[in-house]
Amino acid sequence: MATSTSGAAWKSGDVVSDQFPAGLRVLVVDDDPTCLMILEKMLRTCLYEVTKCNRAEHALSLLRENKNGFDIVISDVHMPDMNGFKLLEHIGLEMDLPVIMMSADDGKDVVMKGVTHGACDYLIKPVRIEALKNIWQHVVRKKKNEWRELEQSGSVEEGDRSAKPSEDADYSSSANEGNWKSSKKRRDEDEEAEERDDTSTLKKPRVVWSVELHQQFVAAVNQLGIDKAVPKKILELMNVPGLTRENVASHLQKYRLYLRRLSGQHQTSMNNSFINPQEASFGAMTSLNGIDLQTLAVAGQIPAQSLATLQAAGLGRSTAKPGIPLPLVDQRNLFSFENPKLRFGEGQQQQQQHLGTSKPVNLLHGIPTSMEPKQLTSLHQSAQSLGMNMQVNTHGAQNSSLLMQMNQPQSRGQILNDTASSHVPRLPTTQTIVSTGLASGVLGRNGITNNGRGAGYNPVMQNSSMLNFPNGFPLGSASTMSGLPSQGSFQEEVTSEVKGSVSFAASYDIFNDLNQHKSNDWDIQNVGLTFDASQQSNSIPSGSLDLVHQGFSGSQRNMPVRNQSNVGKPMYSIGDIGHGNAQNTSQHLNTLLGDNSIRIKTERNTDVLADNGFFPEQFGQDDLMSALLKQQEGITPAENQFDFDGYSMDNIPV
Amino acid sequence: MESNNNSLRQQIADMRQSLFDEEMLDRHYRTVEELSDKDHPNFAEEVMTMYFRDSTKLIAIFENALENAPFNFIVLDKYLHQLKGSSASIGAKKVWEKINEMRDCLRERDIEGTRTVLQQLKKEHDNLRGRIEPYFRMLRQVGPSEIAQRPK
Repeated sequence: MATSTSGAAWKSGDVVSDQFPAGLRVLVVDDDPTCLMILEKMLRTCLYEVTKCNRAEHALSLLRENKNGFDIVISDVHMPDMNGFKLLEHIGLEMDLPVIMMSADDGKDVVMKGVTHGACDYLIKPVRIEALKNIWQHVVRKKKNEWRELEQSGSVEEGDRSAKPSEDADYSSSANEGNWKSSKKRRDEDEEAEERDDTSTLKKPRVVWSVELHQQFVAAVNQLGIDKAVPKKILELMNVPGLTRENVASHLQKYRLYLRRLSGQHQTSMNNSFINPQEASFGAMTSLNGIDLQTLAVAGQIPAQSLATLQAAGLGRSTAKPGIPLPLVDQRNLFSFENPKLRFGEGQQQQQQHLGTSKPVNLLHGIPTSMEPKQLTSLHQSAQSLGMNMQVNTHGAQNSSLLMQMNQPQSRGQILNDTASSHVPRLPTTQTIVSTGLASGVLGRNGITNNGRGAGYNPVMQNSSMLNFPNGFPLGSASTMSGLPSQGSFQEEVTSEVKGSVSFAASYDIFNDLNQHKSNDWDIQNVGLTFDASQQSNSIPSGSLDLVHQGFSGSQRNMPVRNQSNVGKPMYSIGDIGHGNAQNTSQHLNTLLGDNSIRIKTERNTDVLADNGFFPEQFGQDDLMSALLKQQEGITPAENQFDFDGYSMDNIPV
Repeated sequence: MESNNNSLRQQIADMRQSLFDEEMLDRHYRTVEELSDKDHPNFAEEVMTMYFRDSTKLIAIFENALENAPFNFIVLDKYLHQLKGSSASIGAKKVWEKINEMRDCLRERDIEGTRTVLQQLKKEHDNLRGRIEPYFRMLRQVGPSEIAQRPK
């Protein structure tokens, strides 16, 4: 669109008609009819072609329908249906048109907000016609920059690359803080700074990597396979107008670093924390935030290996790369979680590894965990499949049901129930952690109260570690936990989830163990399968998967959960999904898994899930689940953090 | 006829001038007037009509919202913000000033103060309408474009 011109009037090139800027195609958006009328008249007086609009949504659809139909947009800041800044971001992201903001307020912070959101100018009402006469300069400037960018695309990318490390640092810090949004802002600002520092006059239009966009990105990457994902192909798959290859390339680089970081962390933490899963993990888990997924993972004792194996086996997809255990998880964190969901991921991984140890991980403090290694294993296995499902299911009730089931460990039965009921929603969020962290998380969740949803780990521990299961667990109903014999399955789910979120699976396993339920009923297999699919980049070590599987197998038998939701089915779709809405969740899962960036925003997810009735209280692992869910949904929950208020779990297709 | 017309025009011109002198309207109104052209000879009148229609409604909504607790200050401020934007755009100076006063009161959560100023705002608003309506009526009688273009 940069090069679109209004007829022969002018071109973004050097050719400018004599009448320029006459004929400039302006879209003006303002909900106040008086202002709109005056503005339109003024713009007509400037000889521009004016289209007026009093609703932001309408404006967006106009812009989308006529991709090259406008040169510039003028919009009011305060509008009833959509915040002007949001509109600004959408336009910048999708159409990359210059946008001028207007307001009756001239407060410095509002003006600053406009600038940081990418407005190319900010006008105070009452707008003078003189100000409007000059808006054409913004159009020319933007086009000029775009040309430059195109010309120097090669060098730009380089520049981007070099700038990445710092940005990556942002990721980690933000992840730690659990505030994606702020980190994103920081990143954006950094990007801007970097852009300015670029040698060339090249000034790339800033791309706002919204949650949705990022999910699209992750889905594309997963589809291609993390190794084979090249910017060009990713760009094609994403098919986002206005997005350039450079944008994708730089984002990909960051993503890769993120994944690497996750896996790196994962490895180390696992070893450390695994010891006394029960206590140690719990303790650690209590503070889910920022926690230590690792601890969780440890607690989960889900051997990363088994998890990985599960993944591989269950999923049948071999794209999963055990190598990157929780990149997904982390990623999620990065992008959308407030919390250190990363931890989860990491923890999960650890768990996975630990799980192999067959130490009954007593994640749940209060819950007598008599998980036996075997159970764990089976759980793992089942979890694996489950996990996969779970991930997918995060959205689907399946996971919940699974969770529920898992929760119903005999000993834990009630705990789980309790937790389930209260935590179910949370689970979804925690699911993301899927990887080992999940397992631990799951377990931890039970005993650990989620911190905010995400905390699911800790609180849940007490009553229903199960709950912590990722949202995806189709537990069916918290209350039906009793039917959750297959703890293992839960575990598996967790594990599977973890896969994508690798950690998730792990948690399940742990959970299973704790609960000593065999989620036989769970068709974790399916779950696991799906999981795999989605997890292309799951780094869940196959070893851990195995564990899950094992655990699962037991559970597979009776997974009541199955009935509840298409436990198996959705999972599969996860792999395939990626696109449908219904599949949103699954998709997200995929994304989650794929990205390993499961959003451990348990908090968010939980809410969303809960709201959607998705995960009934069952999810204790809010964090995981929400993370997963979020991902699935395209996470709107992240919204909270994002400026995009639009994000919300509501997207979760229930 | 001619003289009648002339005296009418003079009257109209005087009316207009006094609106500026009393600061009920400011230079932004002139901008609106200048937007009139042969396609829209009564542009200023159209705008003012639209303004009064919407602002009256908004003031009523606002007053209603201010009646009973609980008060949603964010929403209240939103109403005022919108009113401020449109009032500023047409140059309704006194109205605009009252709106700012109300926003200050709201910021301090001074409901009573807001109510007091609201009554003042309504008065200014009605005053303006009371002066503008006959002005436009007379304008139509003589031919608006001529008057509008009269330099002031």
